[in-house]
Amino acid sequence: MFDAGLFTSQFWEWFIITGTVGGIIGCFALILWLGADSSSSKSKDKKVETMGHVWDENLEEYNNPLPRWWLNMFYITLFIAIIYLILYPGLGSFAGVLGWTEIKQYEQEMEAAENRYGPIYAKYAKEPIAELATNPEAVRLGKSLFMTYCTVCHGSDAGGVPGYPNLRDHDWLYGGTPEAIKTTIMNGRKGNMPNAETNNLNTEADIDNVVEYVVSLSGKQHDQAAAVKGKESFNKVCFVCHGNDGKGNQMLGAPNLTDDVWLYGGSKATIKDTIAKGRLGNMPAHGEFLGTDKIHVLASYIYSFSLKK
Amino acid sequence: MAENFLTGQETYNYKVVRQFAIMTIVWGVVGMTVGVYIAAELTWPWLNNVLDVPYFTFSRLRPLHTNAVIFAFGGSALFATSYYVVQRTCHVRLISDKLAAFTFWGWQLVIVLAAITLPLGYTTTKEYAELEWPIDLLIAVIWISYAIVFFGTIVKRKISHIYVANWFYGAFIITIALLHIFNNMAVPVGMWKSYSAYAGVQDAMIQWWYGHNAVGFFLTAGFLGMMYYFVPKQAQRPVYSYRLSIVHFWALIFTYIWAGPHHLHYTALPDWTQTLGMVMSLILLAPSWGGMINGIMTLSGAWEKLRSDPILRFLIVAISFYGMSTFEGPMMAIKTVNALSHYTDWTIGHVHSGALGWVAMISMGSMYYLIPRLFGRELYSLKLVELHFWTATIGVVLYITAMWVSGIMQGLMWRAVNPDGTLTYSFVESVQAMHPYYLTRWLGGMFFLFGMLVMAYNVFRTVKSPKTFEINDTIPTPALAH
Repeated sequence: MFDAGLFTSQFWEWFIITGTVGGIIGCFALILWLGADSSSSKSKDKKVETMGHVWDENLEEYNNPLPRWWLNMFYITLFIAIIYLILYPGLGSFAGVLGWTEIKQYEQEMEAAENRYGPIYAKYAKEPIAELATNPEAVRLGKSLFMTYCTVCHGSDAGGVPGYPNLRDHDWLYGGTPEAIKTTIMNGRKGNMPNAETNNLNTEADIDNVVEYVVSLSGKQHDQAAAVKGKESFNKVCFVCHGNDGKGNQMLGAPNLTDDVWLYGGSKATIKDTIAKGRLGNMPAHGEFLGTDKIHVLASYIYSFSLKK
Repeated sequence: MAENFLTGQETYNYKVVRQFAIMTIVWGVVGMTVGVYIAAELTWPWLNNVLDVPYFTFSRLRPLHTNAVIFAFGGSALFATSYYVVQRTCHVRLISDKLAAFTFWGWQLVIVLAAITLPLGYTTTKEYAELEWPIDLLIAVIWISYAIVFFGTIVKRKISHIYVANWFYGAFIITIALLHIFNNMAVPVGMWKSYSAYAGVQDAMIQWWYGHNAVGFFLTAGFLGMMYYFVPKQAQRPVYSYRLSIVHFWALIFTYIWAGPHHLHYTALPDWTQTLGMVMSLILLAPSWGGMINGIMTLSGAWEKLRSDPILRFLIVAISFYGMSTFEGPMMAIKTVNALSHYTDWTIGHVHSGALGWVAMISMGSMYYLIPRLFGRELYSLKLVELHFWTATIGVVLYITAMWVSGIMQGLMWRAVNPDGTLTYSFVESVQAMHPYYLTRWLGGMFFLFGMLVMAYNVFRTVKSPKTFEINDTIPTPALAH
């Protein structure tokens, strides 16, 4: 009934209780005192006199009794307040006779939802993702999940926006197998492209040369001489993650630089920005939040894109 | 002591009242124009990037709009009317013309600084308290000067009873001082950057203790002070009930200060705090309606005046909107209702039924009463007041109904769930669905702004016309005062 330890000291607890109870009693006292002869049919005909004070030439006050309906409304709200404070936590550490807490309400609602919706997803848990991806019912279910949880970053068409990968382009940072997709959703991913300083690219010319080389990898227009110099730097640092051929490494989530698919944008200015300042990508982990069953179905929706050419 | 040079009698300080009254109109036009522009930005998002600079984006202009309408427009109206009312109901001149002038020029400086720093992106991120610490310090100094002028004048009064309007102005001045100082406690780390002295949920709680009482004391208690003077004056009837004013005054100022936590339902705020916030918000219904009853019933026996007097109509419709918003507020503070309404446009609609319907309309009515008397000129056109009244009313109604529909729709779309437990609508679908209501809201804002421009024109023509009567600013001799 009492939640000990809610307050740092008993003083504050009693401070709250005194203020609340005192305030409600004060309101009662006020309306009992001044509402004693509230307007009823009897007093209505009585002529009301002014208080006898005059301000600013003609400002005066009547002293009409308090309207009965208004007074009743005041009493009702005060009684509701008292009942509510008995039922719910409010008076210091008194937990209220219902034992309600915000956290309990949340947990109950989550449990009810799990009981209601859990089985819908559980029935697909045993089927492999690759098979589910051809099951229209499961794909539709996965799409519902996607629309609720994924669209904020990846867009409602899963087409991505700069910084958030396009999931329909058959190009995968961490792998496009059913298992890789499921792992990505479960545990999340952290992409880390270090900045130029970390990579020992100390002058702007160094960076520009690497930009020219990176651009050349996907066959775009570039400055030949600069690209040759850039390749030297590339083979000293960048290759560690992106590979000698620039084709990337899915173990590290290092993008393939030869396919003209760009996470942050493929203009020279954006590539320069990426190399100069680095990038930090973050796909949050959803395992704890959504549970394995839902992620299984969700992964089947994502994987279904790979089946369409 | 200033004296009337013809009669040699002592006079009230009307100069500072005139200055604040004119600036009320000016800042009203500015603040509402910004409001209409940001409403257009929400309707047509490309307007955010029209100049390709960040200064005019919604995010930078929104705090400018709120600060301009609350503190520049509303604040100037409160300064003007409180200085006028406190003198005329205490039968003394303000205790210091210099200090009063300082509050005027200081307040205008604050507004100009806000208009510069907010678009530049300097913000504490605390809603309605966005201004950075150097400006906050200036506000604190001005506000304390205001309190000295106001309460000093009360102390010097020639009439023993303190008129009810002054109770409300007084409560507003004291509480805003406390709220402003405690909410803006911060550690400066540069000229235009500071960190709040509070952390986490405590910071949030202090912020909404401030935020809700900016509504409760700045936008409610202060304007109730206005109501208690200008309604009986314009209606030429005594205030309905002295004892009702006592009950609702004390109950209102006690209860309001607890209501802040209803802004933080279902958050990290402890359960007990949320409960108290909700319970006190419910109790607030009757004290709020006490003010409404006292305002509207003051007209009893003189209802026919509403037909012929557009100024009185401004005042009475304002009180009606006050009653409506103060019913809506406690209802929205109930947790189950709040679970639907929170974070939706319903909240915006609620705020504007108070801000446009109550605060702006009571200020406009009061200014229409005040300006002829301050300048010794009849209003240029009562027809234009009539036009203003109708455009303003249509504007408010369009605005709030659009936001009710939009807000409830948003709330329902966000909670709609498919049979498989996923959400029926993505967020962007709810954004798309809001478009027609955003258009309607913008249209409502245009109506309201148009009315404000009509008022500005009317006031301009009034002030520029030749004097038609002597300004009555002489202080009555003690024999007259009771």
